[in-house]
Amino acid sequence: MKDMQEGYTTADGRKIGGVVMEMKNITLRFGGVVAIKDISFDIRQGEIRAIIGPNGAGKSSMLNVISGFYVPSEGEVWYRGAKRPKMRPYEIAQQGIARTFQNIALFEGMSVLDNVMTGRLGHMKSGLIAQALWKGKAEAEEVANREVAERVIDFLEIQHIRKTPVGRLPYGLKKRVELARALAAEPKLLLLDEPMAGMNVEEKEDMSRFILDVNDEFGTTITLIEHDMGVVMDLSDRVVVMDYGKKIGDGTPDEVRNNQAVIDAYLGVASD
Amino acid sequence: MPDQFLFAVEVFINGLMSGVLYALVALGFVLIYKASGIFNYAQGVMALFAAMTLVGIMDGQVPFSHIINSVFGTNLHHFGWHVPALLAILLTAGVMVLFAWLVQRLVMRHLVGQEPIILFMATIGLAYFLEGVSDLMWGSEIKKLDIGLPQGGSLWIEDMTAGLGGDNFYGFFIDNLDMVATVVAALLVTGLVLFSQYTKQGRAMRAVADDHQAALSVGISLNFIWVLVWSVAGFVALVAGIMWGTKSGVQFSLSLIALKALPVLMLGGFTSIPGAIVGGLIIGVGEKMFEFAIGPMVGGATENWFAYVLALLFLVFRPQGLFGEKIIERV
Repeated sequence: MKDMQEGYTTADGRKIGGVVMEMKNITLRFGGVVAIKDISFDIRQGEIRAIIGPNGAGKSSMLNVISGFYVPSEGEVWYRGAKRPKMRPYEIAQQGIARTFQNIALFEGMSVLDNVMTGRLGHMKSGLIAQALWKGKAEAEEVANREVAERVIDFLEIQHIRKTPVGRLPYGLKKRVELARALAAEPKLLLLDEPMAGMNVEEKEDMSRFILDVNDEFGTTITLIEHDMGVVMDLSDRVVVMDYGKKIGDGTPDEVRNNQAVIDAYLGVASD
Repeated sequence: MPDQFLFAVEVFINGLMSGVLYALVALGFVLIYKASGIFNYAQGVMALFAAMTLVGIMDGQVPFSHIINSVFGTNLHHFGWHVPALLAILLTAGVMVLFAWLVQRLVMRHLVGQEPIILFMATIGLAYFLEGVSDLMWGSEIKKLDIGLPQGGSLWIEDMTAGLGGDNFYGFFIDNLDMVATVVAALLVTGLVLFSQYTKQGRAMRAVADDHQAALSVGISLNFIWVLVWSVAGFVALVAGIMWGTKSGVQFSLSLIALKALPVLMLGGFTSIPGAIVGGLIIGVGEKMFEFAIGPMVGGATENWFAYVLALLFLVFRPQGLFGEKIIERV
């Protein structure tokens, strides 16, 4: 069916590449609490990979392990063919992993444009004084970075609020600005922590469209966590299902939907 | 009457100039507060420490000579050389960077995520510690700081303006040092604004001030930014230390100018660089004009309390200051 070495082709004809990130036997403990128990899965180039599960299943913890906010107690994280050494979260971000947060973490006092521009920080190389004076290479660089930022802003349809301080925006738009900031970094792997949480139906549809468009237009590899089963099944190519810190299913949406363990976790098991 | 008016103008100009010096100190506070949410009580002592280090380096004084002499029974006081002012300033700036790194490494790093009041208390401790270290390192006597800045009234301005009034008017008296301070402050502020608005590090600094987690997620190292912020504050303290030290000698009371910065911050708002400047100017002009107009009626010495009363009024009617972010409580 799927060639796991070379990648695969999705139902809608998109070509999925090799493994970008692989989690090998990840276990995460907080004192006596086991948040993640011996989970392995991979994320492939260009795919939309979802992690789903009921409340408290350990989904956000898993995302935090990928983005380096948590260090796994056991197990290895392999990124682009190499085992990842112990790193700080900002170093991991510099390696091309961008993320959004469940409870939005934006720079509230800064404008939308400035927020998106912070996503470009890793792409600025010229010297301090050159930057301050806008001389030579620094100017060209700032212009180029600004172009990327503006393209992302256009793409996510937030031009009308470019200059607005983020603190004044409604929730739905903040979520979109956060996505814009992550995208501006031109990440190799984009992590979305409940991108649709707390949104109404219309906002959810918008966000789904943006996620699909981002994947389609930029070929960005996306890993997302979501509660809403319907949304996940429509969006993603492959799904990892977690329950009580354990992996209970992994496969295409159809495979997962028919998996007895998953059905039990979501609907409960009838006891005799 | 015209003489009286011209005298008022002179007082006004002098008020502006001393306001610049207040603004310089306030700037250091604003910088750290904006970038890390810490109200740095040690800013005044940092200015004292910077000025003492500068004098010590220039005179070739042996640091900690008192301890060294009593432990080893030696009699060291001076290396016997004199360091040129510019080189000494660079060396002192280096010492302030080292100090910033130590503060981050030994104190602030362990207090990440703590309540602001705890961080504030830590800076009080830091202030007393640094005060003691300055004494141990360079001794406690009053020192003269002379890096070649012009001092005394400007004869040129006096001569130019002497003709404006009658026989009893001798022209405006404006201190050369105050003018230098104004130019230096203007340069410093321009530099800081360029830095924070247009450079990668400046943008990262503003980002860190806003949200630590989000800053990490876009690849900003918090440790690096904090060292940077404390270094910049140390540099501003050095500039303030040079100006005040030249004006009134390098002595312990220099650390008390930090108190004078408080009303400036109340007026300007803790988070605004333009606020620190305008606040400083208003306090400077306000206290001089008040002394000039009302002082004689109440027996003078109004300069000692005017700034604080003004700050108190602001606290009652506009607690966020002139330029501070308005506090909106969403319910």
